[in-house]
Amino acid sequence: MTSTTDDPVLSIRGLTIALPKGADRDFAVEDVSYDVARGEIMCVVGESGSGKSMAANAIMGLLPKGVRAVAGEVMFDGQDLLTLTEKQHRKLRGLRIGMIFQEPMTALNPLMRVGAQISEVFEAHGQFTPRERQEKALALLEEVGIPQPEKAIRAYPFQLSGGQRQRVMIAMALALAPEVLIADEPTTALDVTTQAQILELIRDLQQRRGMSVMFITHDFGVVAEIANRVCVMRHGRIVELGEAEHVLKHPQDPYTRALIEAIPSDVIPEARGAETDTPLLEVAHLDKVFRSRGGLFKPSREVRALDDVSFVLLKGETVGIVGESGSGKSTLGRCVVRLERPDHGTLSLSGIDFSALKGETLRRQRHRVQMIFQDPYASLNPRTRVGMAIAQGPIANDVPREKALAQADELLELVGLGGTADRFPHEFSGGQRQRIGIARALALNPELIVADEAVSALDVSIQAQILELLEDLKQKLSLALLFITHDLRVAAQICDRIIVMQHGRIVEQGPARDVFLTPREAYTRELLEAIPGREHELAEA
Amino acid sequence: MSFFARFAQNRGALVGLIILLAIILMAILAPLVFPESPWRMVQRPFLSPMEVDGFWLGTDTMGRNVAAGLMHGAWVSLLIGLVSTVVALAIGVPLGAIAGYYGGLVDDALMRFTEFFQTIPNFALAIVLVAIMQPSVTSIVLAIAIVSWPPVARLVRAEFMSLRHREYVEAARLVGQSNTTIILKQILPNTLSPIIVLASLMVATAILLESALSFLGLGDPNVMSWGYMIGAARTVIRQAWWLSFFPGVAILLTVLALNLVGEGLDDALNPKLARERS
Amino acid sequence: MLYARLITMRLFKAVIVLFMIVIFNFCLIQLAPGDPAAILAGEAGATDEEFLRQLRERFGLDQPVYVQLWRYISGIATLDFGYSYRQQVPVLDLIMARMPATLLLTGTAFVLSLALGIVAGAMAAARVKKPSGSLIMALALVFYATPLFWVALMAVVLFSVTLGWLPAYGMYTVGAGHTGLALALDVGKHLVLPATTLALFFMAIYTRMTRASMLEASQQDYVKTARAKGLAPRVIQRRHILRNALLPIITLAGLQAGQMVGGAILTETVFAWPGIGRLMYEALQQRDYNLLLGIFFFSAALVIVFNIITDLVYRLADPRIKEGS
Repeated sequence: MTSTTDDPVLSIRGLTIALPKGADRDFAVEDVSYDVARGEIMCVVGESGSGKSMAANAIMGLLPKGVRAVAGEVMFDGQDLLTLTEKQHRKLRGLRIGMIFQEPMTALNPLMRVGAQISEVFEAHGQFTPRERQEKALALLEEVGIPQPEKAIRAYPFQLSGGQRQRVMIAMALALAPEVLIADEPTTALDVTTQAQILELIRDLQQRRGMSVMFITHDFGVVAEIANRVCVMRHGRIVELGEAEHVLKHPQDPYTRALIEAIPSDVIPEARGAETDTPLLEVAHLDKVFRSRGGLFKPSREVRALDDVSFVLLKGETVGIVGESGSGKSTLGRCVVRLERPDHGTLSLSGIDFSALKGETLRRQRHRVQMIFQDPYASLNPRTRVGMAIAQGPIANDVPREKALAQADELLELVGLGGTADRFPHEFSGGQRQRIGIARALALNPELIVADEAVSALDVSIQAQILELLEDLKQKLSLALLFITHDLRVAAQICDRIIVMQHGRIVEQGPARDVFLTPREAYTRELLEAIPGREHELAEA
Repeated sequence: MSFFARFAQNRGALVGLIILLAIILMAILAPLVFPESPWRMVQRPFLSPMEVDGFWLGTDTMGRNVAAGLMHGAWVSLLIGLVSTVVALAIGVPLGAIAGYYGGLVDDALMRFTEFFQTIPNFALAIVLVAIMQPSVTSIVLAIAIVSWPPVARLVRAEFMSLRHREYVEAARLVGQSNTTIILKQILPNTLSPIIVLASLMVATAILLESALSFLGLGDPNVMSWGYMIGAARTVIRQAWWLSFFPGVAILLTVLALNLVGEGLDDALNPKLARERS
Repeated sequence: MLYARLITMRLFKAVIVLFMIVIFNFCLIQLAPGDPAAILAGEAGATDEEFLRQLRERFGLDQPVYVQLWRYISGIATLDFGYSYRQQVPVLDLIMARMPATLLLTGTAFVLSLALGIVAGAMAAARVKKPSGSLIMALALVFYATPLFWVALMAVVLFSVTLGWLPAYGMYTVGAGHTGLALALDVGKHLVLPATTLALFFMAIYTRMTRASMLEASQQDYVKTARAKGLAPRVIQRRHILRNALLPIITLAGLQAGQMVGGAILTETVFAWPGIGRLMYEALQQRDYNLLLGIFFFSAALVIVFNIITDLVYRLADPRIKEGS
């Protein structure tokens, strides 16, 4: 393990950060040492709860209340940052170390114009006249590639897109040309194409300005994309540290290996194809327009979420719906399960038009299509025991209570959580809750299951387990699955066929292998190219 | 941590609870300690506190025992506060639940209705209602309930709106649960904590409203209440300040105690919030 | 342009609300126990058969209900709120004569409570967990729980009766014949006690709300961004936390307008302040229901005007509404 470099800008030694009493463990990070060298991008990788952001917060003096560094040192320019007073720390922040955060939507003050928020950085460190500050802000906006910077400088944050806001954040962090930029999951909340642009911007600025970047992420794809060196963390400790290329190709630690392997690769399983060619779900010319209802004096607005969508799903087949946010993929899923009612078109399920049903008839038919939801923390009623949560469906469909509860036990067994029926949701982890959600969907023996971003809220290693479970259940129960995701690689792993959507329309559909390896449409290619770490993997394949 | 342990962590809430229990005890013991009507003239008027044995708080302009009035008044205040809150909840919770769950035109109509009641000045409406219905415990309870349900409806509506698109509620719809079941079993139980907290604060506001109504002479003429005592003594405030002072302290303590208990309930029912707030 | 549209919309809404209040008033008269004519006449008229006869004719009380409703509404539409038989003056004249005093009192109390409440709340938010912060909150809680009329009475006892610093009753010294600046000073002196007592309760509300709102705002991501820029805590408090925290306060202040009018009824009663609140008390004492309903109508109108103003202020303060639509 190479823990030192020749020319470190930041040097962390034996850092231990204590969590407040009552937390799930004593230390957020324990005895952590690594360097960030001049002019390099150092990636700190870990899953949620690994403590990967803690060192960065300690460097900035922005540790949450009750959390403090209890041992070790962080050397920067000959001084230990942990010993600085708040006032001394403040002089460093923004001036010599800049930082950007995960949520561009909330990281900017909603009531201040973009220009004023950038100028504030100069003001904080007493530099330039107000006029010069505005000029500098404009130049910075130009540098980070915001379209129409003269307009953007007068805009309020809500008038910018997520990617543009992240660019503003970067402009602010770089305003005073700091030696170090700390980026805490800066692309996690962005769409894959926007993510690729922001990653490119950061790499580009880093090279042009020769600064050091400490990049915190959960995604090994991002590591492959930009890192010079990488530090893998788990449970507050470093499990592996070294040159990015080396770690990615020859991971030493089993955990690192598991993380890298958990990323769905380009090696696509041979398509099994459907067992029959009987159509289960036939979707024809589906339209859905969302209208914000206008008031007496307010014009209504329209968003076309689905525009003439048609496809067929065969019995026992898994179809993936892939697209970025706003592509209409979720609306499509919600129409199929009839949480939304399509405006036009038909959804015929084994010959019955599901889109025309309403009221009591719809309620009686609902058991035929079930859904697995995205957020494992919101998909279970916090006041209902999980056994009951699973049994509620059958009970609502007139299965006797005792029988339904017995079935729930069996289903929990099936998803690997036997004997937990009388626990409450908060006693389970995210991955376990997702298993419960799957059991609930299975309880009604549905003909079709719609999985809406069912793994995207989970850590990579958990993601792999859930995908495996779904794959397993598919075989055992010959399920038909409509798998909605923003992640092409995940789709390629589990789907027989893939449908790519953009702006409410289907751009391309075909067997997973074809769409992934020989995409026909430009947009599909763009999506594929934007996947971080793709080149690295292709080199390996 | 148990519910009570979390509640007791808020020192003020504990103090509030003790005061409240003492006032409840006062109300219960009133007919035992002062079996006679508090309206009866028992001594010469304008006795100052401790002037004559057995009349710790003195007598009023008509020679009535102030201490007796205080204890009997506790009963009325608590009763009116509690009952009018229950009535307000009975109006506000269903309205808010229906508006929030169904949304759309139903929501629009119900919310315009609620806004109307929120625009009308509360206290003025209560005065008009009681004056025209003639003052009585029933009319006072009704008037207070009518002016205090809108915040309940708004709170319940907001909770329902945020919960109705929660994934577990959508899951319940998908497995075929009926709207009634979803409202009663999936959503309502998850809105109870804020409703309970609001209700405890509403009892306090109701007691303030009742005292203000009786102060203006709109109390039930058959029932001794704190507000009436202050109002009746208003004209003699220069000679006998204590006649207004003690009932006012009683109102202050009761309302304060209820607010403290409300805050404690809030802490105990939303432990995460409490930690962030302190 | 946008404001013109907004104001038109709000005025339209206001007319609807006022119309509903008129109907509400009408229903009250109908539903009240006893003879509607007696209610309209108040106690004074009840003894005088001639009054009652005139009243019945005027309001068509011997006619079907819808005719009565029509007469009532068209009366009010032409600003005819009827006659106070007790005071022998049209209701409208009575109310208009008293309106300025109420506006002065509630306006002063509003500005006072909002300014002091926000300052106290911001101070308490900056001193979380410190004794000074807790003291502010404890005081706010006590004022929040104190009956307004009682504070008013105790203020009279303390500042007028015992200390003799300030006048306890009325709006100006009767018979002093002050004019100009002297009059203003005299009114100002009379204003101190009523305005302060009325403001205390609302100040308590704004203090609590400001503190809660600021603590919530200080948890937001943009505050962390501001700290990462190296801004001084004072600047962050003022520019980032307070500004965002004030938005919900504006909304709350609008909602409190109705309470303010209610508070004015009690304060004016105690201090004999010659506003519509005191008039309402007099109407109550004399069972002058027609006057009572007229005051009720105007107090609602006052609240609506106030709500429109706060709405406009909110739009000025929040760019998301102004430029977003």
